[in-house]
Formats: sequence, structure tokens, C-alpha cells
Amino acid sequence: MTKAYLVLEDGSIFDGESFGATGETLGELVFATGMTGYQETITDPSYAGQIVLQTSPHIGIVGMNQRDEESKRIWVAGYVVKEPSRIASNWRAEATLDAELKKAGVIGISDLDTRAVTLRIRNRGAMRAGIFSGSEIDKEAMLLRVKSSAQMSGQFLSDVVSTDQVYRIPPQEGAVGRVAILDLGVKKSTLEHLSERGLEVIVFPANATAKQMLEHKPDGIFYSNGPGDPQASDAQVDVLRELLEIGVPFFGICFGNQLLGRALGFSTYKLAFGHRGINQPVLNTESGRVEVTAHNHGFAVKVDGDEATSPLGFGRVRVSHRGLNDGVVEGLECLDLPAFSVQYHPEAAAGPHDSHYLFDKFLGMIKEKRA
Amino acid sequence: MPKRKDIKSVLVIGSGPIVIGQACEFDYSGTQACRVLRSEGIRVILINSNPATIMTDPDFADATYVEPITPEVIESIIEKEKPDAILPTLGGQTALNAAMALYERGSLEKYGVELIGANVDAIRAGENRQEFKELVLKAGADVARSKIAHSIEDCLAIATDIGYPMVVRPSFTMGGLGSGFAYNEAELRRIAGAGLQASPTHEVLLEESILGWKEYELELMRDRNDNTVVVCSIENFDPVGVHTGDSITVAPALTLTDREYQNLRDIGIQIIRDVGVDTGGCNIQFAVEPDTGRVIVIEMNPRVSRSSALASKATGFPIAKIAAKLAIGYTLDEIPNDITGVTPASFEPTLDYVVVKAPRFAFEKFPAADPTLTTTMKSVGEAMAIGRTFTQALQKALRSLEKRGTSFHWDDTGESVAELLKAMKVPTEKRIVQVQQALRLGATPEEVFAVTKIDPWFIDQIALINEIAEWFRALPGLDEVSIRRAKKHGFSDLQLASLRKLTEEEFRSLRHSLGIRPIYKTVDTCAGEFPALTPYHYSSYDQETEVIPSDRKKVVILGSGPNRIGQGVEFDYSCVHAAFALRDAGYETIMINCNPETVSTDYDTSDRLYFEPLTLEDVLEVIHAESSSGELLGVLVQLGGQTALGLAEGLQAAGITILGTSPESIELAEERGQFQKILDAASLRAPANGTAINLDQARQIAERIGYPVLVRPSFVLGGRGMEIVYDEPSLVDYFTRIAEHALVDSKHPLLVDRFLDDAIEIDVDALFDGKMLYIGGVMEHIEEAGIHSGDSSCTLPPITLSDSQITRVVEATEKIARGLNVRGLLNVQFALASDVLYVLEANPRASRTVPFVSKALGIALAKAASLVMVGRTIQEIIDAGLLPTTDSAHLPANTPVSVKEAVLPFKRFATKEGRFVDSLLGPEMRSTGEVMGIDTNFPSSFAKSQAAAGSSLPLTGTVFISVADRDKPQIVLPVRRLAQLGYRILATAGTSKMLHRHGIDSETVAKYSQARGGRSIVEMITSGEVDVVVNTPSGADARSDGYEIRAATTAADKPIFTTVAQLSAAIGSFEIIREKKFSVKSLQEHAKFRIKNA
Ligand SMILES: Nc1ncnc2c1ncn2[C@@H]1O[C@H](COP(=O)(O)OP(=O)(O)O)[C@@H](O)[C@H]1O
Ligand SMILES: Nc1ncnc2c1ncn2[C@@H]1O[C@H](COP(=O)(O)OP(=O)(O)O)[C@@H](O)[C@H]1O
Ligand SMILES: [Mg+2]
Ligand SMILES: [Mg+2]
Repeated sequence: MTKAYLVLEDGSIFDGESFGATGETLGELVFATGMTGYQETITDPSYAGQIVLQTSPHIGIVGMNQRDEESKRIWVAGYVVKEPSRIASNWRAEATLDAELKKAGVIGISDLDTRAVTLRIRNRGAMRAGIFSGSEIDKEAMLLRVKSSAQMSGQFLSDVVSTDQVYRIPPQEGAVGRVAILDLGVKKSTLEHLSERGLEVIVFPANATAKQMLEHKPDGIFYSNGPGDPQASDAQVDVLRELLEIGVPFFGICFGNQLLGRALGFSTYKLAFGHRGINQPVLNTESGRVEVTAHNHGFAVKVDGDEATSPLGFGRVRVSHRGLNDGVVEGLECLDLPAFSVQYHPEAAAGPHDSHYLFDKFLGMIKEKRA
Repeated sequence: MPKRKDIKSVLVIGSGPIVIGQACEFDYSGTQACRVLRSEGIRVILINSNPATIMTDPDFADATYVEPITPEVIESIIEKEKPDAILPTLGGQTALNAAMALYERGSLEKYGVELIGANVDAIRAGENRQEFKELVLKAGADVARSKIAHSIEDCLAIATDIGYPMVVRPSFTMGGLGSGFAYNEAELRRIAGAGLQASPTHEVLLEESILGWKEYELELMRDRNDNTVVVCSIENFDPVGVHTGDSITVAPALTLTDREYQNLRDIGIQIIRDVGVDTGGCNIQFAVEPDTGRVIVIEMNPRVSRSSALASKATGFPIAKIAAKLAIGYTLDEIPNDITGVTPASFEPTLDYVVVKAPRFAFEKFPAADPTLTTTMKSVGEAMAIGRTFTQALQKALRSLEKRGTSFHWDDTGESVAELLKAMKVPTEKRIVQVQQALRLGATPEEVFAVTKIDPWFIDQIALINEIAEWFRALPGLDEVSIRRAKKHGFSDLQLASLRKLTEEEFRSLRHSLGIRPIYKTVDTCAGEFPALTPYHYSSYDQETEVIPSDRKKVVILGSGPNRIGQGVEFDYSCVHAAFALRDAGYETIMINCNPETVSTDYDTSDRLYFEPLTLEDVLEVIHAESSSGELLGVLVQLGGQTALGLAEGLQAAGITILGTSPESIELAEERGQFQKILDAASLRAPANGTAINLDQARQIAERIGYPVLVRPSFVLGGRGMEIVYDEPSLVDYFTRIAEHALVDSKHPLLVDRFLDDAIEIDVDALFDGKMLYIGGVMEHIEEAGIHSGDSSCTLPPITLSDSQITRVVEATEKIARGLNVRGLLNVQFALASDVLYVLEANPRASRTVPFVSKALGIALAKAASLVMVGRTIQEIIDAGLLPTTDSAHLPANTPVSVKEAVLPFKRFATKEGRFVDSLLGPEMRSTGEVMGIDTNFPSSFAKSQAAAGSSLPLTGTVFISVADRDKPQIVLPVRRLAQLGYRILATAGTSKMLHRHGIDSETVAKYSQARGGRSIVEMITSGEVDVVVNTPSGADARSDGYEIRAATTAADKPIFTTVAQLSAAIGSFEIIREKKFSVKSLQEHAKFRIKNA
């Protein structure tokens, strides 16, 4: 057993055991409340730069498998788990979590009062933190390191997680149309949902221009989820404005929703400790029905009232979805443009499948445009 | 969508008596429903025949009918009360079946009442296996291959197609009654035969076996806007093949990837939609093939269930409460989550802890029964534990069962790995300990998996527990770090002490000296995302506690733990009442209990709830945590049955104040010698008795006091081993038989009492405050003494006792109360033999009959008792209007008569050969529940009690009579009456001859043992030619012919009378039964009689 420490910027220190790789890591400490799908979580690019705490105590029981990874690597900056499993027990397992973390050099800590840490974050908001294991360092030094690490606010991380060149995914059946995706940290299941629906998918790096994308004559544009502060993505916002002018159907998820919000002229803000779970009730303001949804966001779009007009002249915008726990704006729909987005994760990997219909909606827009 | 305006009154149907498969979880759900509906300003009409329940308290409904749950009775209630709607989804299978019956008789249409919660089609689709199968396939899921059969012939035909082993499952039964595995034709004939009987629709489903698959359950809720949430997922530790009610289960499901889990969720949502549960909850069971992930849907229940009660306690999401709100029109997003206050109910709870439920069995009560766990539920109760990790929750759950041998241990038992691996092939209640022992002795996880199919992760966790134990045992010395590490895995002080060869006390003081104490976390439905308003706690050896200090005076109430035969919902009733009464009196109430089925473990019953095992260690720690965060007045141990009472001494030794009767007095009542002194001092008599440490001594004592004698070991493993012995040979036989169950030696003498023949047994519940005695009720048993008070029926007020006899009983009770120096409740059992009053026993605690007395006479006995325990005088309580001014010693003539009847589980227990266990009643309790009949006179009340218990005398037909010699004289009158009423009378030679002499014609039939070639009575019963059996045991034959007859009767599901008293009472109520139409009256109406008399 190697000792490990979790140090929060408010000065609290929790000691536990080293898990995964040993060493030192810094990042924004957030908690995720899902009881299933830890593999999807740690391979979700949106978690880049964050130390993730799992509130669910037993992690690793079902091991790891290729099919369930949301990207080619583990992105979390650090991993905090109450009780890692000693074995992988599931017919789909191909490797153990611990082995994969070690392979990826991801530093983790286990056997600490994870609920106490969670309540601290809930009460004081997401904090910078660090995990230290292996060589003993004194507490002051650790705290100093944490305090001098980068704040999440103002960070631009898209280039870190994005693809470096353009690539194409063929439609799974009968080509219905073509979608250009701006990869800000896109998840595998999102790409699958689109190609399953007969869409040819062309994925562009985060720094792609509108012109580059339009060259491929897309029937629709998609902005993916991803890490970082939307305020730091002016370039992507400008690109989106150009595209909206032209009126290409647009669909955005999570970070994509925040960028649509900004493109329309609304502001974004940082939530106290964000939404990270797969049990979040969201009201579809149009149908009046509730969807249980997967969330992973620390920022949100600010819109006053249920409907507003775009300060930048893109017409009327409706708040299409609202979080029922705290009233946060969870979706935007332009009423005068073929554009919509949601703050949560309809691809839901991990998470409930209640919101798959949004991909069909996007498909519908594309078909309409082609007709 | 807001609440429906068109529903102003609702009839709630309860679940009736506690039976295996349908226990007090339905009291919990029903009580919640009643509270919700009333708080919504709806008039609540309730029917439930079970007096022990909290829901049947007059305060929970506007009109409470403690009446038989039969279509006829419900219809007369509808006629009288004219409810707008009926809510049948909170009363288990009983309520659903009643609703269906009402629908089929056209009552719903006739009176224009609507079913809410679930409609007829939904109930059909959920329960009818064929319809359900089609629906599952439509939902894109799979079901086990199966075919419906209506006759044995069908079954045999189907067998050739599906092949053995097969599962036989009757439609429309609860708790898997009548279902089982058939490995060959003989077994198929037997199980299917019983199954066709058990099914109200006489149909069984024959199904491909999926033994050994992983089993899961989902609890879903859906509203009229088609919003659906999964409240909880439950994984069975025991793979498919063991009924979920008998399985150790875990929440949340742990061994599924998100992809697999979401697939189950999608299927579940599709099914609840297609079945059409539009405003309520349902439970869906899945099987998952371990090495392919193939999913099969086992069944769905369109109602709240045992599992939904468990899910509610496990998550903090009150399913029944919300089901009731959905039923009257609310949608999930309109209902707030009580625990967070700010978020809506339209979410899915997420857990940051692990919950383990373990079943409690009662096989020791039925030594002949086959203990194999199958698809028919056999457990009588359950305990739930919450821990931060699985190992912690599992070990807590096992010790919560309060039963020897259920917890893990590391002492040598001499069993070999091979023996253990062989034993665990067959699932029994011992299996989990066998697994732990085998692993400890070197079996590999693979070997264990091969024979049990228990998921490797669970096996690894048990291995981990063993590793920690061995590591702990081997430590050179103990320090804070090592003890904390062990404690985190849920080990009790007792376990750790024995690993270190210390006493529990030594180890505990070491632990405390190192400052190692558990802290308490909160169940909050959201893993800490939002603050929790309700202090619903569980212990863990983590860092940070969440117990908030308070400045109110605190009272701790100890619950009664898992239900078991002899200790069930009756005790929860008293605990809940104490919580309410003390809360009203301004105290802060703190409940400690581990039974997920109960109202006491509802988070809003007490001010604070600790879901913890009821062991000395766990209770002491809660008390420590609470007293360091406020002022603790003391602990109530009188209400939680023997469980709580048993802790009194240890608590006092630890310097904690016991409120009410002192531990010394409790000891006085339990220790024979000392109790005898109290009786002598009061010149009261106990039956002549003695104690023997071997057969010879027993012989001598029996000679001295004279046969028959009642014998019972003072120390028994499991069961009670209490028997009536009529002669010396039987005494010898008894010694040989109890040898394996019980010890008899100098330390554990055998108690030998003179058995009082045809004595009237009397039960008294009373209150005593040190000065004043207040009689709650004097109950007269219908069966003569010799049949356990819990199994015999009784009447209140008494019907044969004279005023002077009652006066003697009351005086004796008062003397005992003084002698024992009781503060609070006292229960005394007397026997009146040839006008001499004997004291059988005195229990200075709430008894099983407290709720019955309270319902029968409309007095809040438990509430008053709890106030006495915190120092109020009875007079003050009377003055406060909480008790009627005059007690219930001598009741006015117009007092309604209430009859309590026991309900017995014999149908659930078959021997290894597949024959039913003996249904004979005796001094050892075997009933699981009770019903009550209340009316203006005894015959009517008795008739109601029989109808409610489902054991009514049929109106015509053939009666078979075979009674012991000592009963022959008394049988003449009743049989003559039967003959006059036109029954055909069959009797065995002896009885027949005697009847003939009295001028009663009867046909002689051969006993089983005498049927040389010819047909014996057993065959006639089996073939259904006999409608009623009267069989009283005579010493020897109790285990031969008598048994054959009774077992056959149980199998044929015909009423049986094993005492003449019962038969006479039944005949006495014959006219009323023939009338069939009972006059119904609510408890609130009955209660008026007191006002009239006042
Ligand atoms: N086809 C089958 N093969 C083997 N075991 C089965 C099969 N179907 C059900 N079981 C077992 O029987 C138990 C009871 O079946 P279930 O349909 O749930 O009846 P009940 O209505 O009593 O709950 C289940 O919990 C499961 O373990
Ligand atoms: N001396 C006796 N004569 C006749 N019946 C007895 C005698 N002692 C006990 N019984 C019967 O046995 C039953 C159980 O005995 P009791 O002492 O009440 O045990 P428990 O503690 O289980 O209630 C009583 O209800 C009574 O019917
Ligand atoms: Mg079931
Ligand atoms: Mg008794």
C-alpha cells in the first residue's frame, strides 16, 4: 500500500491509498454521481484537465472494454475512488481499470472519505486540487502547488482534445446526408448516433474555418461537447456565426450549446460545482415531458425568461429544455433559424436513452433542407 | 397535470394477514398511501382484516373497516361509503385479486367506482403469464420458453417439448406459492398438481429453466404524462433459482456495464408503458446470462411490492407515497423530493453507499420441512443494512438477522472443503456462510463459482473479508490503523475479539480507548449533490459525521428487527405509536431498526432514523453519537419484542438509562425461581413443575406432578422444542428427538410443567405506573391451553368468563405488576382449570396482542405506555384524554365483540418427499399473522374472523371426524348439529362407534394404516371427496395416522379443525356464514359505544 494525498485549494487534505499510477497531478476537482459507466466517464474528453471523484463507492467491477470507450484515451487529470475493484467481473471485460490507469499514467487515490470531499465541493464549489503519491512531500508544499495551478475559468482546452486532421466516417446505411462536425472533444457514441442514422460524418479540428467546412458541402453542422471555458473560444464562436448566417442546419451538444448561446449573443457563466451525473431531470418545455438525462457541465448559458430575441439579430430563441433541479438552461432552439442545441448529453454514454430523439430531430432538419 | 378534482373519496384495500410473501411491507405502503390521500383532503376508506397493522389505526383513515377482504364485504362497504375510486395497488396481491374479483362481479360498474393506480387491463397483462409473454417479446426482450397448462395431461405433453428441469408456476399467486422445479415426471405431477390448485384461475405455466443466471430487479414509476423513472436497481447475490424474497439482494446493481444496465432500463420502460401502468409503480425482474449477457424478463408486478419497500428504504425515494400521488393525478415533476426539499421526484436516485438485504428463515419451526431454497418463497422476514462498501453492508446485514450461525466466523467446524462445496450446490439459508468457510479453507473462487454461480465479484468480496480476518488475527499488535481497517469491512467487535482471543467487552474498550468510533452518513437520494433535510443515517468508519446536534430531550426507541414467527408487525406497531406519542409530547424521537418492511423505518416516522443492526455494539454507538450531540433521556426497550428487551441489561451495564420497567424486573419475570417467589408472595399458583438435567430426572418429575406434562429445553438452537407429553414412552421418544436441536445438561435443564388439561387460557394486557393498574384487555382463548397464545384464536371481551373470574384475573395481574415493579406494559397469560387460576407466564413488555386490543376497544395502549415510561402517571394520561376514564376490566354488555384468528403457513413447507408438514397446533408458535373479526356478537365476529383467515366452514358437504379419546365426549354435540345441518359424516372406527351409541349415523372409513387394499381416508381427502376434516391429536398417532390425514388435508386445501373448541365455535357461527352477508361497521363507528356508555 502506497500512501496518497488529495489536497484541495481550501487547504483540506485527505489521505488515502495510491491507485492507478503514482506521482503528482493537478486539476479542477469535480464529482460525478453516476452509478454505472465509469469507463465512459474517464474516456470522455470533456473531463480533460479535471480530477474526477466518483461518488459511487465501488468502481472497476466490470473492468474495461474497447466497445465502451468514448475516445481513444483516458482524459481525466486524476481519479478519486472510494473502493477500486480487485477483479474485473463481467463477460464484456477485456482489462482491469487499475491496469488501464497505470498504462495511461493516470494518478488516482482510493480509500478516503469520498462523501466528505463531495460535500466540501458542494458547499464551497469546484476547487483546484492535486493528488500526490509516491515520494513524500510536506503539506505546505503540496498546497502551494495546488494554489499555483491553473484555474478552469478562462481555459481553452479544445486544441488539446481535438483531432489534428480532418477525417471521415461513412454512413452506416443509405446515405441521407453529410454532417460537418467541429471536434471540440467529441465522443464516439455521438459519431455513432449520426452515422447510424445514415449521415456521412466529416470531423474537423477545433481550429477549422467555416470555409474549410463548407467546402465539403455539409447538409448540417454539429458542434460537439468538450472541456474548457466557453468564454475562451471566440474563434469557434465567430465560425458558428458565419454558418448561422448561411442557414445550414445546426445541432450542438454541451460545449456546442454554450458556443451557440454565445454566437446568438447570450453570455455564459460558471456554475458553483456543475452538473455531473446521469440522473438529472430536464423538462422539455415544448412537450411538457421530463427526460432523465446525462450531464457533464461546469458552465451554462444565461437567457432571461423562456424566450428571448438574439441580441445579434438571429431572431427569436426559445429555452427548449430546463433543468428541473435548479432551473438551469439546458437547451436552446432558434425559432427563425434551423439551429438548436442542448447543454446535456443526448448520446448518453453513460446514461439513460431518453433523449435520443434529438438526433432524429437533427436528421429531420437535414432531410427537410435537402428536400 | 395537477391533482384530479373528481376524486373526493378513495377506498384503499389492504393486504390482510401477514403471510409468507406478503408481510408488513404492505402496512408501510398502505400507511403512506392513507397519509398522502388524507393530506390531499381526500376522504379515505380503508379495508384490512389485519388488526396488527398501523394503517388500521383509526387515525389513518376516515372510515377503517377491519373486515374480511372478500368481494362481498368490499361491495357492501362500497354500497355504504360510495367511494369515487378504489386504490388496489398498495395492498399486494390480495388487493389486486380483490379488485379483479370486484370487476368480474360487475361491482365497479354497478356502483360507478373507478380503479386508480392500475387498471384492469394492466393487472391482467402483468399477472397473466401468456399475455405478459407476448408483451415482453413486443418490447424487444426475451422470455424463457414456456407453455400454459390447465391440466396434468397438458403438462406431460408440454414436458416432452420443453424438457426437464422445468419451472412450474401457477398464475395469480403471490410469493411463488405452488411453484417449483420439476426434474422428472413424478415431480411434475406433484408440483403441477399443487400449482393448478393454488392458482385461482387453475392454470400453470411450464417454463424452460434458467437456473444460475444473474437476477436483477428494477423498480419503475410512471405518471400520466408518460414520464418514467427507475427508482432503484437491485441485484440478487443468489442467482436465478432462488426466489428474490429468499435471496440476499444488493442495491444498486453492481456487476453491469452501463450499456447492459441501460438496456434493462429501456426494456423496463417499454414494458411499463405497454402493460399500461399509467399512474404508479411496478417491479420488473430480469435474468442475465453470465457469459453472453442474454436478457430474459422473468416477471413484472404492476403494484408496489416487497422490493419497492426495500427500494424506498434503500434510496430514500418513497415509492408508495408517490404512487398514491400519481394515482390521484399528480405528475412526477409536480411532486417534491421530501429529502432534498428543492428537487422534484422526476429524477433517478443515485447512491453513494451499498445496501444489502438478507432474508430471515424459520425452518427450525418446521423440522420436517425441506430447507432447500427454490422458486417458492419461504423466508418470514428480512433485514437490511447500509454501508459505504459491500463488505460493510453485507456483514451488518448478516448480524442484523439476530440468528446463530448467520454471521461469518473463523472457528474450525471440522467441515472439509469438499463437503462444503458439495453442500453449497444446493441453495439453503446456510449457503453464504458455507461459501465463506470454503474460501477460508482454501477453495478457489473458481470452484465456488462452478457450484453456486454466484457472481465472481461477490465471491471475491467474501474472500477479501477472509483475508482481512486472517491478517487481523496474525497482527503482532493492534493499533488504531489496523482496527479501523478491519472495522471498515463491517466486522463486529465480537468477530474481531474472537479473532484476537479477547472478550467483546475487552475489545470494545480497547477500540474506544483508541478513539475509534463509527461516524454517521446520510441517505439523501442524490449522493451529496443537494443538502438533505431528513436525518436518515447509517454508520460507517469514515472520517466525517453528518449527525447534527439538537437541544431537545431525546428518547431512543429500539425496534424489533427482522420479522420472524413470534415477532412481527405487532411490535412495529407499538414502536411507531411510541414515536408518535413522544413526538407529540415534545421529545425528539430516535428510532433504531433494521427491518426495511416496516413503518418504523420510514424516514418521517421519527425525528431521526438510524438504519442499524439491533446488536449491543451498534446500538451503543448510535446512543454515543446521539448523547454527544444533545441530551439523551433514555432508551425504550419494552416495545421491540425480545430483540429490544434482550439489550436492556447490556445497555444498563454501559450506564445508559432504561426507561420504564427496569432490567432487574425483566430478569425477575424470565428467571423461573425468582418469578415463583413473586407468585408465592402473592399467593398465586403456577402449574406444578420441576427442572430435569436428564431423562431419569424428567421421568421422576413427570411421575410426581403427573402426566400429561409440558416439556421445553431452557436452551434451544433455533426452535423452541416445546411439546406436550402424554406418557412415559413419549417422554423417552421426546428426548431422542430433541437431541440434535437442543442441549439438556446441568447448565441447560429441561423445564417440565404439569400440563393443564382442558383449561381456558386467558391473555391480559395491562398498564402499570407503580401505583395504578389499567387493564387494556382481558382476552379469552377459544382453544384450550396447550396451543400457543399466538396460534390460538381469542375473543375480547371474554364470552364464558364470569365477572368474578375476571375480577380474580385482574387482581392477579395487579399483584404481578406490583411484584415485578412494572413501569409500562405488562402481558400475563393465565390458565383457568376447574376454576383454579394458574399463571403461565408474565412478559413485562408490549405483547403481540397490544394492537388487537387497541383496535378492538379503541384505546391507544402503546401511546399511553410510552408516556408512562417517560414518567407520566396513568391518571395524568386519562386526564389528558388519551385513555378512556374506565379501564377495560369489566366491559359493558353492548361492547362490540372482537375475535382474533391466527393464520398459519403450513402450505409453504413441504418435506423432502414433497408432502406437507404437519398442521397440528401446539405450544410452540407457528403462525405468521392474524386477522380480526369485529361485530356486535361472538358468532358474527367469529364468522368474520374465519372468512378473513380463509378457513370458513363450507355450507354443505362431507365431514370427516377422527378425534383422540379424551375429546370423544365433547365431540358428540357438535357432530349432532352437523348431522342436523345435513352434512355427510365420515368417521374412523372408534369415533364412529361412539357416535353410533349417541344415535348419530356415520360412515366408517379405514385409517391410512388400516386400509388393507381398500381406500383409506387419506385417499378420499386427496381425491377431494371430503370437505371438512376434524382431527384432534392423541399422543402417539400425532405422528402417524393423524399426520397422514392432516398433510393430505393441507394438500387438498380443505379446512381442518384440530381442536373441538374451534369446531364448536365454527358451528355456532354457521347461520351467519350461511347468510354470507356480513353487516359492516367501521372502527370509528364501533368506537362510539364508549361515548354512549360514558
Ligand atoms: N425459468 C426459470 N428458471 C429458473 N428459475 C426461475 C425461472 N423463472 C423464475 N425463476 C426463479 O423463481 C423466482 C420466482 O419467480 P417469480 O416469477 O418472480 O415469481 P413470484 O411471482 O413469486 O415473484 C425468481 O425470483 C427466480 O429466481
Ligand atoms: N402448564 C401448562 N398447561 C397447559 N398449557 C400450557 C402450559 N404452559 C404453557 N402452556 C401453553 O403453551 C403456550 C406457550 O407457553 P408460554 O410460556 O406462553 O411460551 P411463550 O414464551 O412462547 O409465550 C401457552 O400459550 C399455553 O397455551
Ligand atoms: Mg418475483
Ligand atoms: Mg406466552
